[in-house]
Amino acid sequence: MSAHSRIDARAARWRPGPTLRRLALTVLGLALAITATLALEPYRAYQAAVVAAYLCATAGLTLLVGRGGQLSLGHAALMAAGAYGFGLTSNALSAADVAGPVRLLVPLAVGVASAAALGALLGAAGARLRGPYLAGLTLAVVVAVPAITSTFSRTLGGDRGLWIEIERRPEALRPYVGAEQWQAWVALAAAALVLFVLGNVGSGSAGRQIAAVRDDEAAARLAGIDVTRVKVATFTLSAAAAGLGGAVLAYVTQIANPGAYSLVFSLFLVVAVVVGGLGSLAGAFWGALLLVALPELTSSVTDALPVSAGLAQRLDGNLAVLVFGVLLIVLMIAAPRGIQGALTAARRRDMRPRRPARGATPAPGPAAQTQGDPAARAPTAG
Amino acid sequence: MSAGVVAPRAGTPPEAAGEPLLDVAGLTAGYGGTPVLHDVALRVPAGDVVAVVGANGAGKTTLLRALSGLVRPRAGTVRLGGADLLAVPVEHRVRAGLAHVPEGHGVIAELTVDENLRLGGLWRGGGRDLRDAVDEVYALFEPLARRVASPGHQLSGGERQMLAVGRALVSRPRLLLLDEPSLGLAPRVVADIMAMLRRLCDDHGLTILLVEQNVRSALSVADVGVVLHLGQVVATRPARSLLHDDALRHAYLGF
Amino acid sequence: MDHFLHLLSSGLARGAVFAVFALALVLIWRAARIVNFAQGAMAAATTYVAFAVTAATGNYWLGLAAAVLAGALLGLVVERGVMRHVARQSPLNSVIVALGVVMVLQAVLGIAFGNDYTPMRVPFSMEPLWVGGVPLLSPYDLYVIGAVAMLLLALGLLFTRTAVGLRMRAAAFAPETSRLLGVPVSRMLTLGWTLSAAVGAFAAVLVIPTELGLNPHATDTLFVYAFTVAIVGGLDSPVGAAVGGLVVGVLLSLVTGYLGSTLAPIAVLVLLVVVLLVRPAGIFSARQVRQA
Repeated sequence: MSAHSRIDARAARWRPGPTLRRLALTVLGLALAITATLALEPYRAYQAAVVAAYLCATAGLTLLVGRGGQLSLGHAALMAAGAYGFGLTSNALSAADVAGPVRLLVPLAVGVASAAALGALLGAAGARLRGPYLAGLTLAVVVAVPAITSTFSRTLGGDRGLWIEIERRPEALRPYVGAEQWQAWVALAAAALVLFVLGNVGSGSAGRQIAAVRDDEAAARLAGIDVTRVKVATFTLSAAAAGLGGAVLAYVTQIANPGAYSLVFSLFLVVAVVVGGLGSLAGAFWGALLLVALPELTSSVTDALPVSAGLAQRLDGNLAVLVFGVLLIVLMIAAPRGIQGALTAARRRDMRPRRPARGATPAPGPAAQTQGDPAARAPTAG
Repeated sequence: MSAGVVAPRAGTPPEAAGEPLLDVAGLTAGYGGTPVLHDVALRVPAGDVVAVVGANGAGKTTLLRALSGLVRPRAGTVRLGGADLLAVPVEHRVRAGLAHVPEGHGVIAELTVDENLRLGGLWRGGGRDLRDAVDEVYALFEPLARRVASPGHQLSGGERQMLAVGRALVSRPRLLLLDEPSLGLAPRVVADIMAMLRRLCDDHGLTILLVEQNVRSALSVADVGVVLHLGQVVATRPARSLLHDDALRHAYLGF
Repeated sequence: MDHFLHLLSSGLARGAVFAVFALALVLIWRAARIVNFAQGAMAAATTYVAFAVTAATGNYWLGLAAAVLAGALLGLVVERGVMRHVARQSPLNSVIVALGVVMVLQAVLGIAFGNDYTPMRVPFSMEPLWVGGVPLLSPYDLYVIGAVAMLLLALGLLFTRTAVGLRMRAAAFAPETSRLLGVPVSRMLTLGWTLSAAVGAFAAVLVIPTELGLNPHATDTLFVYAFTVAIVGGLDSPVGAAVGGLVVGVLLSLVTGYLGSTLAPIAVLVLLVVVLLVRPAGIFSARQVRQA
């Protein structure tokens, strides 16, 4: 208990500090990232936009899994909700001849809202459930995505997907900024927003409540925490972040189709947050980067291999899945704290060779040590 | 020594005269950081009831868990009938003749009385011998015979303790380890259980190592009492003399 | 009405297979407190074994036997090689590792056989037999129901009548006490995985030819159905799995027959949400027992 109150006291004293510092860091990081896109070729800028879109989803998922202890296999479906919400709204506005920033911001907001609504529903259904049950429920959701899009194929475009009419970059910027650069800016801004919001939630009292519910529901309830509300809110927030990622991805690719949001993609998101380090926002960045980089790497390896056309076709795509699968198993067994956990540990060894002893307070459970701790100090990824 | 469930198995060499059945020396054990038991020495002669008593947290349960292998000792030797017990894997200690009735009796609530009992002797394989051993336990504990097909969770506290001891007997042990058999039972039932333990020892020659917080009951049936305090043995005496040693009682047992 | 009877009876046949697949989930849950999310992918892999053996020998039964054996072997390898080494501090860890196994298996199958559907032959006709002017079960449905009934009987006997069954149940319910009684708990855990994977392989060979078609991802939906069955019935209850399987099978058959097959996954999702909201422990859960 004494350790707890010490943290509380420190948080109270510093509360205005970290938020302002995080805001400054986020703005600075965003400015740097936006400047950097100007140096990128169009295709690389497009990839940067995709990384930023994935980052929204992995940041949301890492909050849910690492801090909340709830596993979702349905984040691809939540991204799909964001993408279709964005697409339908953008197309409707285009049909009504609405243009300007409204045609970008309103569809994005609708995308977030659709995913958050679905997330709230799933969170409520899953609130009384523990790990494997919620994972199974969200698995059922992601498996049902193609069924939903083909049932409502008149609206959602069926298997071929929904083409989206989007708001392009402002007239004034066109001589200086390429289409891909602009898309990357939008995506980076979205990712910065997600990281800022989730970073604040994770480090504040809400974050402590989320972790308390994860570690021991009964104890959290005794401490006056409304467990159901915390779980539903965590899931909803995580879903909203994924929805923004899906909406941004729809904006960047100008299409929403069920094939992009399959079970395999959901599993990729899980791999990304495990690789980065569960609960770590900086780790979510590493994971999102890997999701874009690794498939490209494996397909260039496949192209370079002297294999038959048939085998090359079978390797394409599957090889990346294989590498991700092996990575997931090996990491979970050998280094469950992921890349960011390793980095944080290394930095801590450098800067603070010895932490003060915890006195008579018993050490927190191993789960809390491996999952909660690194993320609490993780800065935004920018 | 009469024949029956608790008779030594054929092929087991009789203990040499004067040699204790269980011989523990220098035992140090614990969980994680600091050890709970320090340099514990203990001898249980064949055919005796030895009671280890002490306050809550003295290390009584840890002692039994170290003997049956659920806790790995850091140092010390444990010999059962002259053989090194620590070299034997937990699952095989029952073959060496060790039966451990854990804290809270360890009756498997989802299995029936009969299944619980048979489980005690499965290590020898099934068959006639197992059936005989189970039937002998039913003869010994009549209440169990009336509840053959009841699942464990329907039994009363006393019946559960009976079932736990009966299941240990089915394994035909040389040494029975009992962890707080009186826990949560009414005084009358405790008296019955203690009397039963004495009978198993007197009539069937079973050797028993009992740990108890209920000091009076335990010492009233035991031959030898061992006082454990903060993980160390502070006294080993004939049980009667311990009961009447006021200084020791006040210092370590709190009454 | 005729249509309804046909859907009902064929739904029972499908449900029988779902029941078996769900039973495989229940077996591991009881033994290890793990929901084996890799069970679908493992069953897909063993069905490819059945396909390859049948193609090579021309004999369906050899293929079925090979799949069951391959399932047992795969269960052994996955438990000893992977799951055993997962830290159990959080129940999510084993789920995440099982997902890794899914990715590895599906990728290997995709690389070896391609992602296209492979047709599978079966030894009995799938045309329904007409009874009194009503189309009811096909010979293949009858074969499935008979095979499932025999399997359930065999498993029931194994668990209630044999020493190894008693050991497996004891090890699942009370691992520590079981070790004290000489039960090799760790070996029982491996045996549980082996048995479960073999049962899952059997179910997949029965169901994949009828509706799913063989493909590395063929069992994704089957796993979701089985998970739903296990939730409806309660993960702790083998009897619940059997009844839950029939319920889900009939539901799917009716939805597919009256509303179209694309709605089947949505119907299952709705059922799952409703059961989770109303009775999260399942309808036949042995919860009272566990709390005693």
